[in-house]
Amino acid sequence: MSAKNKAISESFTTKLLLVLAAIAYVGLILVLPLASVFTEAFRHGLAAFKAAISEPDARAAIKLTLTVAAISVPINMVCGVAAAWAITKHDFPGKNLLITLIDVPFSISPVVAGMMYLLLFGAQGWFGDWLLAHDIRIAFAKPGIVLATLIVTLPFVARELIPLMQSQGREEEEAALTLGAPGWRIFLWVTLPNIRWGLLYGVLLTNARAMGEFGAVSVISGHIRGETNTMPLQVEVLYNEYNFAAAFAVASLLAGLALVTLVVKTLLEWRHGDQLAAAGH
Amino acid sequence: MATISLPRPRHGRGRRHSPLPGLPLTLTVTILWLTVLLLLPLIALFAKSVTLGPAHFIDAAFSRRALASYELSFGAALVAAAVNAVFGLLVAWVLVRYRFPGRRLLGALVDLPFALPTAVAGIALTAVYASSGWVGKPASVFGLQLAYNPIGVVIALTFIGLPFVVRTVEPVLADLGRGLEEAAATLGAGRWTIFRRVILPEIFPSVVTGFALAFARGVGEYGSVIFIAGNMPFKSEIAPLLIVTKLEEYDYAGATAIATVLLLASLLLLLLINAWQGYVLRRRSA
Repeated sequence: MSAKNKAISESFTTKLLLVLAAIAYVGLILVLPLASVFTEAFRHGLAAFKAAISEPDARAAIKLTLTVAAISVPINMVCGVAAAWAITKHDFPGKNLLITLIDVPFSISPVVAGMMYLLLFGAQGWFGDWLLAHDIRIAFAKPGIVLATLIVTLPFVARELIPLMQSQGREEEEAALTLGAPGWRIFLWVTLPNIRWGLLYGVLLTNARAMGEFGAVSVISGHIRGETNTMPLQVEVLYNEYNFAAAFAVASLLAGLALVTLVVKTLLEWRHGDQLAAAGH
Repeated sequence: MATISLPRPRHGRGRRHSPLPGLPLTLTVTILWLTVLLLLPLIALFAKSVTLGPAHFIDAAFSRRALASYELSFGAALVAAAVNAVFGLLVAWVLVRYRFPGRRLLGALVDLPFALPTAVAGIALTAVYASSGWVGKPASVFGLQLAYNPIGVVIALTFIGLPFVVRTVEPVLADLGRGLEEAAATLGAGRWTIFRRVILPEIFPSVVTGFALAFARGVGEYGSVIFIAGNMPFKSEIAPLLIVTKLEEYDYAGATAIATVLLLASLLLLLLINAWQGYVLRRRSA
């Protein structure tokens, strides 16, 4: 038995070298940059860090980022659940097209995604004149930022739920239907308990991307300080002004969010891996 | 194993209609959602590029500066995806096959690029790889400049692409039975031969998928690249940045033409990747 295992396993030295090479690569590409965010943020001490993140523009950016996430995450959550319900609990022509469409935002460059809204709502855009006449601002204002965030985070919840709900089938819902339960109750009492961890997983990824999106938001925000700068945009502005300490201070808050996201994600994968879609990320 | 199965008049091609409620509502919401957020903007982009007229479109989309930016975006994405195909496979292999202290931490860290905002990644990579940084300084002793040139672009795209390869290869590697390896070992094959002739053919399709996903992501990447790239036209200017520059100059026509080229390339890649995954699935189940 052990001889057999030896024959299909590497020598200790080979294993050690491969493990060290993997750690070195991840260390070089991922860990060093992450560590540098925090060392740069605290290079001038805690007081400087606190001053940088409580400065009015920084606070406005934090508030805007939280607001945008608070609007866009629930919208994509509800619509993602609706899409997953229609796709997995029903049959209709064009279903595969719908699934492919949901995937499209993942493959579009964020800059292109943000720019498309500029062509719709910008001054030269389709609705530009009409919006101007009615004094509604979408481009270079908060609604545009929300739209850009919505498109880049569109797939996460649906992509997580569709394979999960497909693998769970429809028997339980159909049994509830036979017992006379109305639709919304079937969803709340039968479906939701089965998908809650997968849903949380999708919402977690949606939120991380919503708070961190840069390219799409950058194109449509107009970079108005204290007004349309989200945290990632504020990082860019400060960095380009060579105010590195403040840039890294704001960046470290976002890096902290990323770490919390990773921890919760890993916990979900350990504890509820069976209730997550097999399709990883 | 004989099991008595209940009659299941479901999950077949013959099924006509699901008895469950909610289709009209959920389908309406889904279609509205995709129309407003995705289809309408896509139509606006294509319509705008059509109104440019073919001559103007080609001028703007394939100017020398635009061509240089495509070359950099696609070339750097290709190199970075290739690097990640090798090292991503290594990381996936180590995570699946070996037990060592810190394995779970390593596994969790791989997802960092999915969670870390790209602008943060961009300034962090610049801090590390610029000539004053932890890696850039020792490298500059050997005359190697890692930032503010195309190498910087490759480094940023390597950061962004790693999880795509690892997360695609990992499940396939974990599902791989050891039977064939044992058989090959019994026949006297060494470990390297077994890896090359038995394991690699099994996992290679997933490496290709991961490579393609990383490549597709890299082509459109913006936030993590612009800080480390240097952004010199013709030298270190990626295509998404050129779009942003055109927009800032209010050259919407020029931006639209380049954006359309990028968009068509990414839609083509999406279709190719979907087709490839379908082919791999069919081959595995056959």
